[in-house]
Amino acid sequence: MSDHPTPSTAAESHDHGHSHEDIARHVKGYFMVGGALLVCTGLTVALSYVDFDKYIGGHNWNFIVAMILAAFKAGLVAAIFMHLKQEKMTIWKFLLFTAFFCLGLFLLTLLHWVDPISGTTRSHHF
Amino acid sequence: MQIPYEVSARPDTGLYNAKLGIWLFLASEVMLFGGLFSAYVFLRVGADDGYWPHGLLNVPVGTFNTAVLIISSVTVVLAWASLKMRQWFRYKCYMGITIALGILFLVIKLGYEWPQKYVHFGAFIKKDKWSQYEEYLGNKRLAEKGLEPRPEITGHLHEVEINVADADKGELDKVLKRGDFKIAKEEEEGKVLTVEVHSPGAAEDLTKVPGAILNPEEKDPSKWQRKEPGVKIEAFEVQLDEINANPDSPENDRPHFVPRSLSDKVISIKADDVSSWSAFVPKHSSYFAVYFTITGLHGLHVLAGVIVFCYFFFFGEKLYRKNPEHMANRVEVGGLFWHFVDLVWIFVFPIFYLL
Repeated sequence: MSDHPTPSTAAESHDHGHSHEDIARHVKGYFMVGGALLVCTGLTVALSYVDFDKYIGGHNWNFIVAMILAAFKAGLVAAIFMHLKQEKMTIWKFLLFTAFFCLGLFLLTLLHWVDPISGTTRSHHF
Repeated sequence: MQIPYEVSARPDTGLYNAKLGIWLFLASEVMLFGGLFSAYVFLRVGADDGYWPHGLLNVPVGTFNTAVLIISSVTVVLAWASLKMRQWFRYKCYMGITIALGILFLVIKLGYEWPQKYVHFGAFIKKDKWSQYEEYLGNKRLAEKGLEPRPEITGHLHEVEINVADADKGELDKVLKRGDFKIAKEEEEGKVLTVEVHSPGAAEDLTKVPGAILNPEEKDPSKWQRKEPGVKIEAFEVQLDEINANPDSPENDRPHFVPRSLSDKVISIKADDVSSWSAFVPKHSSYFAVYFTITGLHGLHVLAGVIVFCYFFFFGEKLYRKNPEHMANRVEVGGLFWHFVDLVWIFVFPIFYLL
């Protein structure tokens, strides 16, 4: 069953940049992005068992690799599934502010290194 | 009252109103989860060496659940695309699959993953007692290899040895009669008991038995004074996880894809040698506290999404017949929320399960 109670008007399609043909074209892309996300998930799991620090030296390489993959996956979801790629500047603008304040939130927590409360870090288990 | 710009874009923003609304809401959600993720960073960098657990979660199940959410993200965007192409039946199929996947995610999380944690036992050994439990901790070898120490013994709690000398016998009997306890051994005229327990939580219930009443002559029960604590746990009988049964095996240096398995070895841990013990629940460690908080809040979001999608699924046809573009916009907005929930999980999965 596939019915068309009221076909979308040209004006509506223009408003949203999604004509019938556009959407049909996008569907293939959605499947590909879904596949890419599944592959990246498998890759994230597999790479988490590789001891990068042993091969590269230094600390927390596994963390960095996992976060790069997660950021890539998140980018795909936001750009394609959430249509951010073709979204209006209004949204981009306030998302930029959100990113700025969220980063600030993370940096605030790092201030505890500057003025640690005694007894709350290290060896508090003994 | 008709809400304006439900279908066509508002001239000044270039967006229909609900889309602007959901994006503002999602921006606030970024700050909400951002706060919790920064708490994770804060707790993790502040944890002592060895006190941030690794390998306690079931990675295959977590990976499967990640795939479930990703596939549901694809199906919800396809549901929206079907509406844009005016294919109602296809929309119903994709939306139905999305709802089923959301429910599957919650069932796995709340019905399988979480309950397993409630019955897994962990006891952190006091640092000055590590040498006594060296054959279960393997810290000498870990130190030689420059790896983090292993302060915890984990496994399945079979029995606890309790000292009930100061307990209110009536209160103790009430707890013991509940059915999930069985007295395995009674010594010294009933003063020290060995009790079979089915979970660490049951052992905790025993420690909550109040002490004997010191002033029984007092008629008013609210004025009774009691010896505290009534029941003292003396020792834990634990069936060890493989990692503690063979702590010196290089296999156990790093977490595995396959979850921790139980060994056949059962040992006794003295309660005085333990700094803290519990099931794998929020009070176990900062790790589980932040794990349950974030995955719990995320689970609530999944539930909210499922409820909204059910509304679209069961009650959407009337609006679709009247104005299909409006219906498509509703699904797009719901979908944006769903993708955000997927996006949060993309970060939750590696930081708790893999790193």
